[in-house]
Amino acid sequence: MDKLLELLSENSSFTTKELSLMLGEPEDYIAAQIKEYEQKGIIKGYQALVDWEKVPDAPVTAIIELKVTPKKETGFDEVAEHIMAFDEVSSMYLMAGSFDLSVFVKGKSMQDVASFVARKLSCIDGVIATATHFMLKAYKIGGVNLNDDSVDDERGMVL
Amino acid sequence: MIDYDSFINQSIKGVKPSGIRKFFDIAIEMDNVISLSIGEPDFKTPWHIREAGIRSLEKGKTWYSPNRGFMKLREEICHYYKRRFNVFYNPEDEVVVTVGGSEGIDLALRTIVERGDEVLIPQPAFVCYEPLTYMAGGKPVFIETKAENNFRLTKEELENSITDKTKVLVLPFPNNPTGAIMEREDLESIAEVIIRHNLFVVSDEIYGELTYGGKKHVSIADIEGMKERTIIVSGFSKAYAMTGWRLGYLLGPEPIMSQILKLHQYGIMSSPTTAQYAAIEALRNGDDDVAVMRKDYDLRRRLIVGKLNEIGLSCFEPLGAFYAFPCIKSTGLSSDEFSTRLVKEKRIAVVPGSAFGECGEGFIRISYAQSLKNIKTALKRIEEFVKEVKNENKG
Repeated sequence: MDKLLELLSENSSFTTKELSLMLGEPEDYIAAQIKEYEQKGIIKGYQALVDWEKVPDAPVTAIIELKVTPKKETGFDEVAEHIMAFDEVSSMYLMAGSFDLSVFVKGKSMQDVASFVARKLSCIDGVIATATHFMLKAYKIGGVNLNDDSVDDERGMVL
Repeated sequence: MIDYDSFINQSIKGVKPSGIRKFFDIAIEMDNVISLSIGEPDFKTPWHIREAGIRSLEKGKTWYSPNRGFMKLREEICHYYKRRFNVFYNPEDEVVVTVGGSEGIDLALRTIVERGDEVLIPQPAFVCYEPLTYMAGGKPVFIETKAENNFRLTKEELENSITDKTKVLVLPFPNNPTGAIMEREDLESIAEVIIRHNLFVVSDEIYGELTYGGKKHVSIADIEGMKERTIIVSGFSKAYAMTGWRLGYLLGPEPIMSQILKLHQYGIMSSPTTAQYAAIEALRNGDDDVAVMRKDYDLRRRLIVGKLNEIGLSCFEPLGAFYAFPCIKSTGLSSDEFSTRLVKEKRIAVVPGSAFGECGEGFIRISYAQSLKNIKTALKRIEEFVKEVKNENKG
């Protein structure tokens, strides 16, 4: 895998200077490379990794499994495009297995999410069944262990 | 009241506690400290290696091992040293598996050194050689390696330190704390002096897997005429992130190893059985893990060294181990002041160079066995600190 992308996907706050030191490439080369990735749409954006549990009035997240009847010609894409147009949908994947679309929905409350599923998602033409799973606790996101704030103080300083 | 003092061996009382400890103790009292002072990998032991240990326990393999260590492990160690460093030892009688490299250093010194013998210790160096030499009855003689020589030991420095009492040279490369390595030509040039003066070498190669910049560790035992006068100390802690397993080994000529074995046998009996099973797996299937960790250390090394130089703490390029050893003289502070203030004012723990010998004064040891995220934050705080100190100096 491209080391530059790997580093940026771990931590997008690395400066071009830092990246150039780590990768042993000139700084302007790194800057050009990043720009190219952005232009080609390989890098889609930069986001902060938030542990929402620590934030008051944090949003509620649910994963909704959707069974969908694929359309002639367009397959799942048409329904998918319809669904992802909702602001409530934060991520969405086409899955192999017992259901078709995995939709990540954010809402102010469980009520909020429930009504979105009942009133909007399930009414879409082609959606056959839904199963809603509310997230209770995040342990690890984007490769980061959220409970790893403290240094493991069982480690001994021996000398 | 018992007079405990009268019961204590006075030579032990003379041993100073390690200077690394002091900073760790300060750091542990404070919150939010990022520690760049620890000399152990931040990685966990690779899972398949842990699993081999667990499997051995499940099978009930909980007995003592042979004194020298399991034959299978000794064979793997010998294959490994041949494969990686081109030196072959006989698993029958030229290997002893020890409780970490530390026991190995102690055994090697106690087996060779007699009262009054001089032991040459290049400094800055890891803190245990001096007290262990002293406890073996020997006299530590320090050789100051210099930043301008990239902290390598030169032929001249060695030659100038030899007297008719010199018996042993400790060769700690790749070096903790400087990160210096000795390349083949460097070793060849000192080997000539070592042979001419009939010295023995204790070569601490515990960081042998961790070299960078296209440099590969060369063992002094691979230099013509040196294998017969060298004891190699190594182990699993640094290469395989196995510090807590406590497993190392000694490699050397049979007549020496059979004497070493007696000390190990009476003092320790045998090294931990579970750890030995894990170590067999490490040597058989662990090369890829080491490569991944080495690559990661290398990224951090480049970042740390580049930034330190930019901040104005000049730092020669360390090519081994996982330490950077920048010079802090430009701040006007002593190593001790710098490290104490840095932890108190910026919550970053490093170790003053003076903990590794007098000639380490003016330097600090920064361990990059830390996550990139913490290294990034730490460098930012070090930069702020250096700026503040330099402003104070102006004002």
